[in-house]
Amino acid sequence: MVQVKLSGSFKQAAGRAEVEVEAANIHQLLTRLGQDHPKLKPMLDRGVAVAIDGQIYRDDQFRPIPAGSEVFLLPRLAGG
Amino acid sequence: MSTVRVSTTINGDAVAYLCEVDETLLDVLRDRLGLTGSKEGCSTGDCGACSVMLDGRVVCSCLVLGAEAEGRDIRTVEGLAAGDKLHPLQEKFLEFAALQCGVCTPGFLVAAKALLDRNPDPSETEIRFALAGNLCRCTGYDKIVRAVQSAAAELRKG
Amino acid sequence: MPLDSNIDPATHKFNLVGTRPLRPDGVDKVTGRAKFGADANAPGMLVGKILRSPHPHARIRSINTAKAAKLPGVKAIVTAADFKEGKRALRDVLCNVMARGKALYDGHAVAAVAATSASVARKALKLIQVDYEILPHVTDVDEAMKPGAPLLHDDMITAHVDPAPKKPSNVAARCEFGHGDPEVGFKQADVVIERSFRTEATHQGYIEPHACLASMGMDGQGELWVCTQGHYMVRNTCAALLGMDVSKLRVTASEIGGGFGGKTTVFIEPVALALSRKAGKPVKIVMSREEVFRASGPTSSSSMDVKIGVTKAGRITGALAEIRMQGGAFAGAPVELGAMSAFACYDLEHVKSVGWDVVTNRPKQAAYRAPGAPMVAFAVESVLDELARKIGMDPIELRLKNAAKEGTQSSYGPKYNRIGLRQCLEATRNHPHYTAPLGPNEGRGVAAGFWFNFGGQTCVSLNINIDGTVALAVGTPDIGGSRASMCMIAAEELGIPYDKVRAIVADTSSLGYNDISEGSRVTFSTGLATIQAARDAIGKLCARAAKTWGISPEAVVWENGHAKPSSPNAGDFAPLSLADIAKKAGNTGGPIAGHFEVNADGAGVSFAIHLADAAVDPETGRVQIKRYTVIQDAGKAVHPSYVEGQFQGGAVQGIGWALNEEYVYGKDGRLQNAGFLDYRIPVASDLPMIDTVIVEVPNPGHPYGVRGVGETSIVPPLAAIANAVSAAADVRLTELPMSPPRVLKAIDGKAAGKARR
Repeated sequence: MVQVKLSGSFKQAAGRAEVEVEAANIHQLLTRLGQDHPKLKPMLDRGVAVAIDGQIYRDDQFRPIPAGSEVFLLPRLAGG
Repeated sequence: MSTVRVSTTINGDAVAYLCEVDETLLDVLRDRLGLTGSKEGCSTGDCGACSVMLDGRVVCSCLVLGAEAEGRDIRTVEGLAAGDKLHPLQEKFLEFAALQCGVCTPGFLVAAKALLDRNPDPSETEIRFALAGNLCRCTGYDKIVRAVQSAAAELRKG
Repeated sequence: MPLDSNIDPATHKFNLVGTRPLRPDGVDKVTGRAKFGADANAPGMLVGKILRSPHPHARIRSINTAKAAKLPGVKAIVTAADFKEGKRALRDVLCNVMARGKALYDGHAVAAVAATSASVARKALKLIQVDYEILPHVTDVDEAMKPGAPLLHDDMITAHVDPAPKKPSNVAARCEFGHGDPEVGFKQADVVIERSFRTEATHQGYIEPHACLASMGMDGQGELWVCTQGHYMVRNTCAALLGMDVSKLRVTASEIGGGFGGKTTVFIEPVALALSRKAGKPVKIVMSREEVFRASGPTSSSSMDVKIGVTKAGRITGALAEIRMQGGAFAGAPVELGAMSAFACYDLEHVKSVGWDVVTNRPKQAAYRAPGAPMVAFAVESVLDELARKIGMDPIELRLKNAAKEGTQSSYGPKYNRIGLRQCLEATRNHPHYTAPLGPNEGRGVAAGFWFNFGGQTCVSLNINIDGTVALAVGTPDIGGSRASMCMIAAEELGIPYDKVRAIVADTSSLGYNDISEGSRVTFSTGLATIQAARDAIGKLCARAAKTWGISPEAVVWENGHAKPSSPNAGDFAPLSLADIAKKAGNTGGPIAGHFEVNADGAGVSFAIHLADAAVDPETGRVQIKRYTVIQDAGKAVHPSYVEGQFQGGAVQGIGWALNEEYVYGKDGRLQNAGFLDYRIPVASDLPMIDTVIVEVPNPGHPYGVRGVGETSIVPPLAAIANAVSAAADVRLTELPMSPPRVLKAIDGKAAGKARR
């Protein structure tokens, strides 16, 4: 199980600061989050980034999530 | 639109062209003569990217009419190097990384050349004021000023 | 070297990385030979011009193009009706490219013409009759949020507010970040300061206006030459808007005369393609400077409230920010990034930032170097400066006591990996600038800044030529000297001289998809892909050597540009150089090339500290920057000259933002200063030299430790200068730009306040 930490708008949408999801990589994580928490779905569809142990991943959906790692959901970033 | 025939000298060569009466020298250089080294950044004389020398004086070629070049001497960035040898200013701009995107560089080189022609040993302040008509958005000017200082020293050595 | 085996950049001896060779595109750029967006021409080319709305907000009842179409020399006219209304995600892009139903800002495109000359095109624009119904407008962020403000989109319901509002408004979305409870934190504080701040919109101010040359064949195949930060983005977006197959549009990126985020979207490109398709001839469009200001992306303006509490010992106990940004006529102000980065420098128990994304009748904002972060840093770092003064603590000491480090939970969520903020702060404190004496009416300001840095989709091809030279094809437009860095990295890996590698920016049909050159990602991600493409080629070179020697490929190693048997047991063969193997490639298995395709993730965040000395003229309010130093963590500087250049350029853009630059709107909603004369960017005589210190704390996410460097340098200057000016004038400045009238007003206000007391 992956403990996903949510803050700000994500926390508001999910109704809590942490959710548990069975996922081995980012793709599975996002798919199951959307299924379990329909209110998160529109935000996930808009694009999100996932931080695993402090490293931010915007694109790499098959990035494995090691057991016990710290996982944060963030808005997808764009730059200049 | 009526056109005029103009005979002039560009980078030492006799050149003749036809242009419309309201056409700028910059448009003539770029669109009729293929000398696209001079850039258009504003067309109002504020950015200096189109700087050329007209009878030894730096002008914004976007503020000069093509027709005004009749009988004059024009120098553009394309005429700065001698054959296959770069001018010391060009060499120093490369050595000091005085360009990032490079679109303002032709104008800066022309303005810096004009400065060093009349003042071979300018102070930092004199360089900064001589180049104040040329906008650069990438470098913050630091490396440009240093490149001009170094080129001036090189040229003084002869 | 295996994929994941990062070297230790602190101890590794590089041959080329960290040196300062001449850039490969340099000679072209100092001789006028380099071809920028407006420098391309095609036989039979037409000139395209765009008609723009003079009204900030108006319903378009009708557009009559009949008269213009009859003008001799006019070959095509397009309006919104000529574009495909496709996916929802592209709706705003399309509406911004060509107004649909309503003109939403002064300068909004409503129609376009292609004609045989510029003068005919200009005449034709005057003959197009647009029937406008003028609507009330709003350009200020706080005004636009008020109930009853003129509404831009009647279907805009604020997102991420629970319960969802029933009525539409100009507020596109709310966002929130943080942890703990700031109110609890403020109760633990000895001093709490709350202030409001405002910043005006600024423009990226690239010297090269947007330009492109489009050519559509009658077989539906198109070519586009364009100055952009991302030609693959241009291809995909244009293909969608024109209803074309992506494969049928080939986009070539010209040399780019500056972008800074402003060339990360499309404006004129779909229009030029649509005109070319209709006219059956190539069409060139070049924006005027006025069009650049009125219709291409400025940054957001902002209005912010920041509240921070500290103990007398200098520990921040609570921090709260409310940030409102208008991003022009469409949703997407970079307020999320602003809110995330607001307190990212600090290790905080109770922190919260709330952001509001607001639309107004202004051009749609485009990214500008660390979008959203500089204005928020201005507010936060100003309050910290004031707190340091109040508790009598050195401002660097205050920041050091609270600085984030490895393991700190960031204010936007995750824990930090290895970061270099502390090292930057210490380098600042040890810099001679920090303790240099100040002159009369001078003040010194210090501020910290943070930026995320991105990776993204990246693809690189590296071809070994027959003479042992290397052709490197990358897909990220070179906006700051990246071809030099890529040549260095390829040569470093291959063990060959720098000048044996030539890098080009390939067109969209020659290389796989690449994300835009944005988010300080190029040296990080294209560099990473170049390293891996070189290692891929090395594997193949070693295999050819193995074949030649008749030994197993595992028994061959690559050292200093040569294939060698890995040990005496493997066999006794003279090393083969890259050139030796390349020469025989045609007979040993064919061409040799290395490739790499990746979602480059793992870009390390970066921090900077800026030090500014400002002199304030008490009579006129004019501010002059007397001395300026940038201290920033680059992870590993590949080409230090161009790293310094990014530091200096960002600092000076920040100086402009702090002191001069602003969008000025009249009561009529029209932009009053759409030119470089009235929108004044810093010139050489305004500035001192900009000193730089490159700190190198390696990014664990990159084989060489590289971090992005391009954007962080614009984050601290607004605050550093505001703190310097506030110190010099002895009054807190809370609005940008700190133009002479505004500074004078603050000085006079202070005098009046003292007189009253």
